[in-house]
Amino acid sequence: MFAFIVSRLFQALPVMFTVSLISFAMFAYVGDPVAIMLGQDYTEAQRQALIRDLGLDQPFFVQFFEYLKNAVQGEFGLSYRLARPVSDLILERAPATLELSFTAAFLALAIGVPMGVYTGLYRESWLSRFFLTISLIGVSLPTFLIGILLILVFAVMLGVLPSFGRGDTVAIGWWTTGFLTASGLKALILPSITLGLFQMTLIMRLVRAEMLEVLRTDYIKFARARGLSNRAVHFGHALKNTLVPVITITGLQLGAIIAFAIVTETVFQWPGMGLLFIQAVSNADIPIMAAYLMMIALLFVIINLVVDLLYYLVDPRLRGSLAGSAR
Amino acid sequence: MADSIAARKGPVSRFLDSDLWFSFSHSPLTIVSAIVALALIGAAVLAPVIAPHDPFNLATLNLMDAFNPPAWVEGGNPDFLLGTDDQGRDMLSTIMYGARISLFVGFCSVIFAMVLGVTLGLVAGFVGGTTDAVLMRIADIKLTFPAILVALLVDGLVRAALPRELHDRIALWVVIFAIGISNWVQYARTVRGSTLVEKNKEYVMAARVIGLSSTRIMTSHVLPNVMGPVLVIATLNLGFAILAEATLSFLGVGVPPTQPSLGTLIRIGNDFLFSGEWWITVFPGITLALMVLSVNLLGDWLRDALNPRLR
Repeated sequence: MFAFIVSRLFQALPVMFTVSLISFAMFAYVGDPVAIMLGQDYTEAQRQALIRDLGLDQPFFVQFFEYLKNAVQGEFGLSYRLARPVSDLILERAPATLELSFTAAFLALAIGVPMGVYTGLYRESWLSRFFLTISLIGVSLPTFLIGILLILVFAVMLGVLPSFGRGDTVAIGWWTTGFLTASGLKALILPSITLGLFQMTLIMRLVRAEMLEVLRTDYIKFARARGLSNRAVHFGHALKNTLVPVITITGLQLGAIIAFAIVTETVFQWPGMGLLFIQAVSNADIPIMAAYLMMIALLFVIINLVVDLLYYLVDPRLRGSLAGSAR
Repeated sequence: MADSIAARKGPVSRFLDSDLWFSFSHSPLTIVSAIVALALIGAAVLAPVIAPHDPFNLATLNLMDAFNPPAWVEGGNPDFLLGTDDQGRDMLSTIMYGARISLFVGFCSVIFAMVLGVTLGLVAGFVGGTTDAVLMRIADIKLTFPAILVALLVDGLVRAALPRELHDRIALWVVIFAIGISNWVQYARTVRGSTLVEKNKEYVMAARVIGLSSTRIMTSHVLPNVMGPVLVIATLNLGFAILAEATLSFLGVGVPPTQPSLGTLIRIGNDFLFSGEWWITVFPGITLALMVLSVNLLGDWLRDALNPRLR
């Protein structure tokens, strides 16, 4: 077990190293921070002094290690546009994105798994066909269009739900939460449905396919022959054995959810990291982009690691083979 | 090729005899999506000829025509079937031109991703060793991130690196590059896998014996034998590429507003959602959804039809 974790960590290191190298190269070579920070009026002496202060006269690798050292301590420099520390900006926005992403992931699982089980068990019923049609549309409609249509129906036409922002939030230390106020919860409904819909259809199709596969196996036939109730067969034996791929895909999709939060946050003007990032992209605000890249990479590496560990815990058959080989 | 019986028949009747045509003509959903896809592509390609108005000719635009609702709604103008936007542009024509841009970017980025992926996969599989290890490691790292994020990042980087007016001029190609680069891994992995199988077959050995160069063997002998699955992936990825372009444009970092794609149109329309001008958003949205849905259905069908194991 311990050896497995260590080997996984060693595989994650090159990823993080590459990403930080890219992130630093962006920082160092794209755009001219000195020109941006000095503004219009400056003397050559001021320019040289600033270059020395920022360490830009040092060799590439010295600068890179300086950058890494700061990054490990959570320091990513100042935003060009907002002139505030990037780490503060991201920390301030993180709760909004994380609350949205986890609510969306929860919705996707809580609705997707039962729908998948149902469509797997009753293949021919009209409700199954209806679910499958819905899921096909869910896959083909872009996230932002779903958001816009939801706004059109529930905010513009019916006027029952807010169309933008987080509503009132409560601060708990540095974390601000929308879970504790009525307006915060109402504001969460449309964005989380928008964000979770694609993952929900994906999970539904996956569970359905796995259920169909498992229901054909001999041990299910044997369980039925033993006279077990339908419920025991379906949930105790069939569903349990579909869970390995579901855990993997859900874990990996958590990363996709956080990436797609960029789109959802733009549609709903949700004050999260995604909105910060997209504003940075359109303004060429490199420090924010670089920091966001590092953070997302770290998040993905952690998610992959956790998924691998869950794999290892859920399926005893994999313990021998997985530890040695790369996925 | 020694199939002399088939060769005697014309190509048309041979096609009508094939399994592919059989599965096509027996799947109503596929036929419908093929018709929808062809109609959309036709409308997009012929836009300069058949569009009722030229939305980019400033001389014919009249601000008095702005915000006309669709023709069948009260207050609609029969001249503008789907209504007009904030600048008095005819929605139907704008959508046709927008679909043109969307499809162009979609096709180009799929071709770019395909060429890049197939080349790298072929080289990795055929050469093997360190080249293979390095390329596949890069592919793994690339796969760690969702494609849309990579496209956004590449687009943002190019935007920051290029001077503004140069970027505006080549923005379309930047988007194609960004989407293509975010999407080549699947091709590379598939082609590498089949190349590993092919390179140990006798015909490759024979080609080596008669002294052909590795490049020659790769391009004219191995390549044709590994292309089958690639075409299926390309069809399936076309839907993704169109969606990715629309998403980038919707976020305001895709194609420039002077060449609006469907995503840009939806972005523009989004500003008028609250004042009740729903048609500026909804019609480009429906077009985009139909386009992606029909392409995806065709891709699904092609995958199933060419892979008997899935039947």
